[in-house]
Amino acid sequence: MNRKVKGAAIFKDNLQNFFFVVPALAIFCIFYIYPFYKMINLSFYDWRGIGPMYFIGLQNYKELASDHLWWDSMWHAGYITLIALTFQNALAFALALACDREIRLKRFYRMVFFIPPVLSEIVVGFIWNWILNPQMQNGQYIGLLNHLLYSSGFPQLVHNWLGDPHTALTTIAIVHSWKGFGWGFIMLLAGLQTIDRQFYEAAKVDGASAWKTFTNVTIPMMLPVILVVMILTILGSMQVFVLIIAMVNEGLVNHTDVPVTRIFSAMQNTNRFGYACAEVVIFGMILVCVSFIMKKLSDKAKQA
Amino acid sequence: MKTNRYVFWGMTQSTFIHIFLMGSALTCLFPLFWMVRCSFMTIETVFVDKALIPHHLNLGNFAIAWTKGNFAVYFLNSVIYTACVVTGIVFISSLAAFAFSRLKFPGKDIIFYMFVAAMMIPLPGFFVALFVLMTKLHLINTRFGYVLCMINMGLSMSILLLKTFFDKMPKDLEDAARIDGCSKIGIWWNVALPLARPAIAVIVIFNSLNVWNEYILATLLLSDAKLMPLQRGLMVFQGANSVDYPVLMAGLTMAAVPIIMVYLVMQKYIVKGLSGAVVG
Repeated sequence: MNRKVKGAAIFKDNLQNFFFVVPALAIFCIFYIYPFYKMINLSFYDWRGIGPMYFIGLQNYKELASDHLWWDSMWHAGYITLIALTFQNALAFALALACDREIRLKRFYRMVFFIPPVLSEIVVGFIWNWILNPQMQNGQYIGLLNHLLYSSGFPQLVHNWLGDPHTALTTIAIVHSWKGFGWGFIMLLAGLQTIDRQFYEAAKVDGASAWKTFTNVTIPMMLPVILVVMILTILGSMQVFVLIIAMVNEGLVNHTDVPVTRIFSAMQNTNRFGYACAEVVIFGMILVCVSFIMKKLSDKAKQA
Repeated sequence: MKTNRYVFWGMTQSTFIHIFLMGSALTCLFPLFWMVRCSFMTIETVFVDKALIPHHLNLGNFAIAWTKGNFAVYFLNSVIYTACVVTGIVFISSLAAFAFSRLKFPGKDIIFYMFVAAMMIPLPGFFVALFVLMTKLHLINTRFGYVLCMINMGLSMSILLLKTFFDKMPKDLEDAARIDGCSKIGIWWNVALPLARPAIAVIVIFNSLNVWNEYILATLLLSDAKLMPLQRGLMVFQGANSVDYPVLMAGLTMAAVPIIMVYLVMQKYIVKGLSGAVVG
């Protein structure tokens, strides 16, 4: 009898406790778990968004495997990611190193470098689109960049940056880096500041050069942070989408397409929901693999 | 002689570092300055006048964007969405995080790891299935639907952050409150939430940035101009046949300034949040 009462009390207690997570769990199940399941499920169907659904098995995936535009878009995202990994992260690291000392205006720099990241991709895209404007009026370039190039004596460098298939992707990647380097900067600076000054002192006493200190002290100590920043850069850059829409708006589709724009247009323009879902599944799996490998690397770096 | 060379080398080095930092800072700020500058020009002067400070300042663009450009509506919508989503996330995630950290119930660990896993798995084209779901639920073109989706977006990260914070919180206060006859909900509201203020600030700032700047879901779920937030509204602008650049720049300024202000006020929490992600 007593045990039963106690059991009931515990049950009531558990139930009460469980109610704390019910709102979160409900939203999570409806807006995350279900779409997740639906996405995998739909990828086996031919479906136009409305009307009948035809089960076609792996047909979507087969088509995807030989879809050149899709794999091109993957390369484009890879190219943007590569520039973000090298140019953007090197810049962030260099700036973090420059700020990791007693220096005037340090707080100002830290404040300014994070302003581009808080802006939306739409705002950033439109501002740069306007600065890069290639048109002329009354013998003058409208866009600031071309105007500056022209009037400072480099007329041969004037270029339709976003309109030329050869430069469009690089231009987008650089603007993407402009917007993103602040994240890496703040994280790397935070990491640098946790390194014990004693290590630097010891290196100095041993007569190590600045470069030696950098490669033998700073880099190994920073490796875990560097890897975190790299993972976030890869995930962020592979999924770049809104910036591209804002900057070129489907103007150069086959040259500036990235996977997310393909997914979006499969869904919006051609109404092929099943195909879009297959694209999402493949793309998601690739990203999971990449972040898994990077995670393994960072665990290894932490152990060493 | 040798010391002289060191001093000289040290000075060139520090000059170089300063130039490098200043140059980068200018590159960050100049495009924004250019945006604000162009928002004060007219459609005639904006194409030809390249002076840093334009010769004729024209304040009319903001009024045009606000009224004719429908920005009054977009702006209000953005404020509503941001406020609702952030409030929702703070309440829902702190309730859940409190339970994960302090209370016992079966399946607790599994549910918690589900949230963590959701954060780790990148979902690039999640919007496809979400759109299908929202159509089924008849939540397309409703504020409620958009807010719920956005709450879901920020939930995992917020729960994880708050749980870590609650885990570190001393138990004494909680015990004292319990002895005083405080219920669990009372402890959450009176003890846990006030103590978690720094962590909540981090959640508020990051989720505000997220919601204010969100574009994809706003495009998919809201096609009614009366419901669109700012980012979506800007795209309507761009789509027009002949873009009125000064008015567009005024619109961009209106979308950018509030979030920059919020950032400047709550800057220390951003640094804290990001440092926590790396170091903690």
